[in-house]
Amino acid sequence: MAARETIILDQPAISRALTRIAHEILERNKGTKDVALVGVVRGGDHLARSLQQRIQEIEGVELPLGTVDITMYRDDLASRGSLPVGKTELLFPLENKRIVLVDDVLFTGRTIRAAMDALIDIGRPQSIQLAILVDRGHRELPIRPDYIGRNVPTSVAEKIEVQFSEEHEPIEVRIGKP
Amino acid sequence: MSFGHKHILGIEQLSADDITLILDTAESFKEISTREIKKVPTLRGKTIINIFFEASTRTRTSFEIAGKRLSADTVNISASTSAVVKGETLEDTAKNLEAMHPDIIVMRHGHSGAAHYLAERCGFSVVNAGDGAHEHPSQALLDLMTIRQKKGSIAGLTVAIIGDIAHSRVARSNIYALKKMGATVRLAGPKTLLPTEIGRLGAEVYTDMNAALDGADVVMMLRIQQERQGNALLPSNREYSRFYGLNPDNLKRAKSDALVMHPGPMNRGVEISSAVADGAQNVILDQVENGVAVRMALLYLVSGGEQLAEQSA
Repeated sequence: MAARETIILDQPAISRALTRIAHEILERNKGTKDVALVGVVRGGDHLARSLQQRIQEIEGVELPLGTVDITMYRDDLASRGSLPVGKTELLFPLENKRIVLVDDVLFTGRTIRAAMDALIDIGRPQSIQLAILVDRGHRELPIRPDYIGRNVPTSVAEKIEVQFSEEHEPIEVRIGKP
Repeated sequence: MSFGHKHILGIEQLSADDITLILDTAESFKEISTREIKKVPTLRGKTIINIFFEASTRTRTSFEIAGKRLSADTVNISASTSAVVKGETLEDTAKNLEAMHPDIIVMRHGHSGAAHYLAERCGFSVVNAGDGAHEHPSQALLDLMTIRQKKGSIAGLTVAIIGDIAHSRVARSNIYALKKMGATVRLAGPKTLLPTEIGRLGAEVYTDMNAALDGADVVMMLRIQQERQGNALLPSNREYSRFYGLNPDNLKRAKSDALVMHPGPMNRGVEISSAVADGAQNVILDQVENGVAVRMALLYLVSGGEQLAEQSA
C-alpha cells in the first residue's frame, strides 16, 4: 500500500466527541422526551448504540434505538450494480418522534438523503436531526448536520475510514491520502 | 459479493454463493411487505413485463406485487388476451415487446428452453417463471428460503420430493438448488412419472414412497398435473392417492419436526390429504409469503447484474 494513512481521531478523542454529542442531543431536545436514535447501516448503527449508552449513563433513560439500511434508496443502482441489502429495523412507531439520525462520515449528503426518504416511507416523525462523527465536506445536497464530532477538511480523492472493534466499538478514524 | 447475472433462466446456472446472496437479499426485502406503506423506490423507472403463456395465479401475482413493491412499472400479458392467439411467433412477440424498451421480461411458457431462446435474442433481462418441464427457479428459491428459515440451514438435510417428477419443473429446479446447497434429495413417484435418467442429477430415486419418507427433514409434495395426464399415465386419482398421497399415517415416517411443503395449487385428497395440508407441520403459506420477497430479490439483483455483466464484457 503506497497510500499514506494518518489517524485523525483516536479512541479517547472519539469517546469524548460522542459524550459531547450525547450532551448536545439532551440539551437541544430539553431531555429525552420523544427522542429516538436511528443509525445508518453500517457504521452509524454502532455509533447510535454508543450514544444510547452514554445518554443512559447521563439521564438514566434508555432511548429507542433503530437501524436504517439505505441500499434500496440509493440513486446509483445503474452505475454501482446491486449491492447487498442490509437490515432496516425500527421496532417503535416513528409518529411524533424526534429522530436523531446517526452516521459515521458525512460526505456528499446522498446517504442522508436516502436515509431520510427511507424513514419517511416508514412513518412521519416530528423532526429529523443529524449526528455525524466526521464531517469531511464536499456536500452535493443541501444537508447540514446538527451534531458534529469533528470537522475534517479533505480533498475529494482522500478516503476517511472509521475503524470498529469486534464489539462494534469505534477505535479510530483514519484519513488515507491517495 | 456481487451478482453477475443478467438473466435468471434456471438454478443450473447459479452457484451456491449466488443462491445465498439471493436468499439474504430476500430476507432483507421481506420486511417491506409488513410495512404500512409497502413500497421502496429501488426500481423506480424500470419497466417489467410479465408474460404468461400458461395459467398462473400465484406466480404471476407474486411477480407483479414484487415489481410494484420495488416501484417498477409492471405490465401483465396473458396468452389468451395476446396476439399469440392470432398466430404470432414467440420471437415476433418478443421483438415487438423489445421495441417498447422494457428492462425485464418475466415469462412462463409451455416449452422447455423458451426463456433461453428469448435471452439469446433480446436485449432485456429475462426471468424464467417456468418453462415447460424444465425449470422454475423462483419456486425453488422460495422453497429454499422457507427451509432455511425453519431449519436454520440447508446443508445436511434430507428432502423427499414426491409425485409427478416427469412433468415437474419445480422438482428439477429444487434438485439443482438443494444439491448445490448440500442437501440430500430423494425422489419418489410411480414409474410412469419418473424419468429414467433423473438420477443423473444426483438424487436418490425411489418408487416406494414410504422408503423415501423415512427420516426425512422436509417432504415436498408435487401437484398431479391433470392437464398433462392426457395419455393415461395413472390408472386413477384414487389409486394414486393410495400409493403416493401424503396423509397423517405415512407422514409419521418422516422426522417428527419434518416440514410439509407444496408448490400449489393443491389437489386435496389426491397428492395430499386435507389433514396434512392444514396440519401443524405445513409451511405452505410461508412458501407463498416468501415468494414475494424472493422475486423482489431476483428483480433487484438482475437490474444491477445487467450493469455488471456489461462492465465485465
